[in-house]
Amino acid sequence: MGLFIAQLLTGLANAAGLFLVASGLSLIFGVTRIVNFAHGSFYMLGAFIGYSLMQVLPGFFGFWASVLLAGVAVGLIGVIVEICVLRPVYKAPELFQLVATFGVILVIQDLALMTWGAVDVLGPRVPGLKGIVRVLGEPVPQYDLALIALTPFVLFALWYLISKTRIGILVRAATQDREMVGALGVNQAWLFTGVFFLGAALAGIGGAIQLPKGGADLLMDFNILAAIFVVVVIGGMGSLPGAYIAAVLISVLNVFGVTYIPQSTLVLMFVVMAVVLMVKPYGLLGREEVAGEHGQVGEPERPFKPAGTQGRLLVGGLLAILAFVPLFGSSFLSVLVSDVLIFCLFAASLHFILGLGGLVSFGHAAYFGGGAYVAALLVSTVGAPMEVAFLLAPVGACLGAVIIGWLCIRLTGVYFAMLTMAFAQLLWSLVFQWDEFTGGDDGLVDIWPAPWLSGTTAYYYLTLVVGVGGIIFLRHMAHTPFGYALRASRDSKRQAEATGIHTKRIQWAAFAFAGAMAGLAGSLFVFSKGSIFPTELEIARSFDALIVIFLGGVKTLSGAVVGGASLEFVKDFLTRFEYWRLTLGLLIIVVVILAPDGIVGSLRKFGERLGVLRGVEN
Amino acid sequence: MTEVLRTDGLSKSFGGVRAVHQVSFGVREGELLALIGPNGAGKTTCFNMLMGQLKPTSGEIYLRDENLAGLAPREIWRKGVGRTFQITATYQSMTVIENVQMALISHHRRLYSIIPYAHKLYRQEAMALLELVGMADQAERACAILAYGDLKRLELAIALSHDPSLLLMDEPTAGMAPKERIKLMQLTADIVKQRKISVLFTEHDMDVVFAHSHRIMVLNRGVLIANGSVNEIRNDAKVKEVYLGGGNLFEKEKDSSNA
Repeated sequence: MGLFIAQLLTGLANAAGLFLVASGLSLIFGVTRIVNFAHGSFYMLGAFIGYSLMQVLPGFFGFWASVLLAGVAVGLIGVIVEICVLRPVYKAPELFQLVATFGVILVIQDLALMTWGAVDVLGPRVPGLKGIVRVLGEPVPQYDLALIALTPFVLFALWYLISKTRIGILVRAATQDREMVGALGVNQAWLFTGVFFLGAALAGIGGAIQLPKGGADLLMDFNILAAIFVVVVIGGMGSLPGAYIAAVLISVLNVFGVTYIPQSTLVLMFVVMAVVLMVKPYGLLGREEVAGEHGQVGEPERPFKPAGTQGRLLVGGLLAILAFVPLFGSSFLSVLVSDVLIFCLFAASLHFILGLGGLVSFGHAAYFGGGAYVAALLVSTVGAPMEVAFLLAPVGACLGAVIIGWLCIRLTGVYFAMLTMAFAQLLWSLVFQWDEFTGGDDGLVDIWPAPWLSGTTAYYYLTLVVGVGGIIFLRHMAHTPFGYALRASRDSKRQAEATGIHTKRIQWAAFAFAGAMAGLAGSLFVFSKGSIFPTELEIARSFDALIVIFLGGVKTLSGAVVGGASLEFVKDFLTRFEYWRLTLGLLIIVVVILAPDGIVGSLRKFGERLGVLRGVEN
Repeated sequence: MTEVLRTDGLSKSFGGVRAVHQVSFGVREGELLALIGPNGAGKTTCFNMLMGQLKPTSGEIYLRDENLAGLAPREIWRKGVGRTFQITATYQSMTVIENVQMALISHHRRLYSIIPYAHKLYRQEAMALLELVGMADQAERACAILAYGDLKRLELAIALSHDPSLLLMDEPTAGMAPKERIKLMQLTADIVKQRKISVLFTEHDMDVVFAHSHRIMVLNRGVLIANGSVNEIRNDAKVKEVYLGGGNLFEKEKDSSNA
């Protein structure tokens, strides 16, 4: 019994930091509609800045002053980010901003590395709260009790701010209807900046306040990201009490999970989220999302036709050049080009549902990595021949997508995105923790292609044929009745349903098809590397594909491929330098600001302005 | 004359509000039937039930012999009912003709086809429909840049694509300039005559209603209060009361003062 209580208290204490960070994310999303990937970075900065301040400010009050000052400092950094990076892109298509915040993640990672170095720092213990208290014989740190006592006050203060003050009323009004608030004479720009300050400051405080329980390291930004998204989604986007309940739920479950079912700690959180979303699609205390058509705001996509002779000749020429790479280039170049091709196929498969279907999936890596694991497991456990495993991988990924799609497709917008992410994370944690079967963290190795395909050159040609073939097939699908039906379901669900189109079923089929194509990419990947690790299922992998689609241009057919190829080549070049993340992050931010229609979209507009391309009539 | 559509005691309540109560009427073959009534009379609710957006609380809807009550919009469409929307719904990312082709592809049940190019399918049929509504010269334009009146005509072409026997039009001329309204309704009337389609439409513009409908029904507070020819409706005392006042609000007060 004592142990039980002690664990409950630990869970409640852990919830404090999680709640602070998640409530900030919830606020920012609620008002600005920006899915702020950089929120984990604010949390990390809060921890590091808090740590540095604690070295200078001594004693009990020094600690709490450091926590608050870290919050203010991070809040100001948030303001800088908002003004410099996000303000120029508010008018861009919805969700485009997340690319910008991704750039911010990279920049902050390297800035933190420069400032604090690559060592993990251990948080100081709080003077005056160093001891323990015995609860039914079990030791409980005093600091934990302090956190548990503190959190309700923070919740109350935030609740008061949002519910009772004039600023809070404006924030809530903006959450419901931004345009109306603007029309009533409120300066939206400063409201957004203010909310960003508050959100970032909360993340900073959250980072600093957990120092005595954890510490600070350079991985904590991505490590907390999944957890805070889960908390916000379970609680209901924009609901503070919801975020608190969810933070407590997740933290307590986590502590008990560690004790009683240690092999499933990572899975637990996502299982809870999946269950909650299936029962209450908008979270525990969330309200139904006002239908914003995500990724499709602003100018509608242009009508398109299959490429003409010119376009086909261009692609043919490019293919001819690629075909000669093994003959004239180095084997290093061959490997690089196949990596890029595989990634482009993966990105193009996501682009199919995201661009044409308006289905923003945050968990597409599940099918890429999933396909790769299906192939690897077939080879390593059953001893299947490579050719069979290669072909069954997309089938397996497709089956996964059929099941996950069935569960996700009824949700829309950001909730769809979150549920897809939850399932991807579920798969990741399953693979990560099921050592005996999947090899866990050590992955599966010795997965090599059949003899007739081994060797860099032979496999290069396989990648070229399958990769390019897959991309062309995806493009072809866009022009077929099925692709059109998918677009119709996105453009106007009303009209589509009124003319006999079962929109959900079309979207479900498209989701499964995209999963199969991602699985094909995963299949190519695993045999080219000879191994597979859980990292291929991670959120970061899903984000990679998402980022290049927006970079390339979500409303263009070739966006994913152009964006994917550009980013991969640039990355390959930049990673030779020490602070490549900083450069890449800045580069992404610059592209986002200069080319809000993505590379292809903006080039097209530029060409039209020059008169090289035929523009759309007005 | 045979009836294409027949409703029997159609009712819908939202909580305690009886939005539509025991509405029974028929739509005859080849007729332009108007459903009018003041704001809040229940026209839209009635329409939404006919089109499958809402499930009736009670009552039946028969399309010839088949009961439509409770079916999804896409199922009702498959049975040969076309519709246009009060606020146009078109596929903004496609060209004008592709919008019509999409409906034709659905009608021919080729939605899951992954071999042919969609823009080459049923082009002639689509072009014929566009010609019918006078949009053929704009076939290759992007739908997103069309004027509102043209969108309305495009919607009409889409609605006609599966050769419906019944067309439901929810305020077909809402949001259009007066001249355009007359033109669109004239066009609709011509098509009805030519193709022997029946049309049920709601409308606020009385010029449109009295100029083109063959018959008019008046709905007030969820109840059908009149159903007759144009002249009958013009001279109906109850309808005058509803539209010109002396009706709703004061009736109760009068009742209570009498009591």
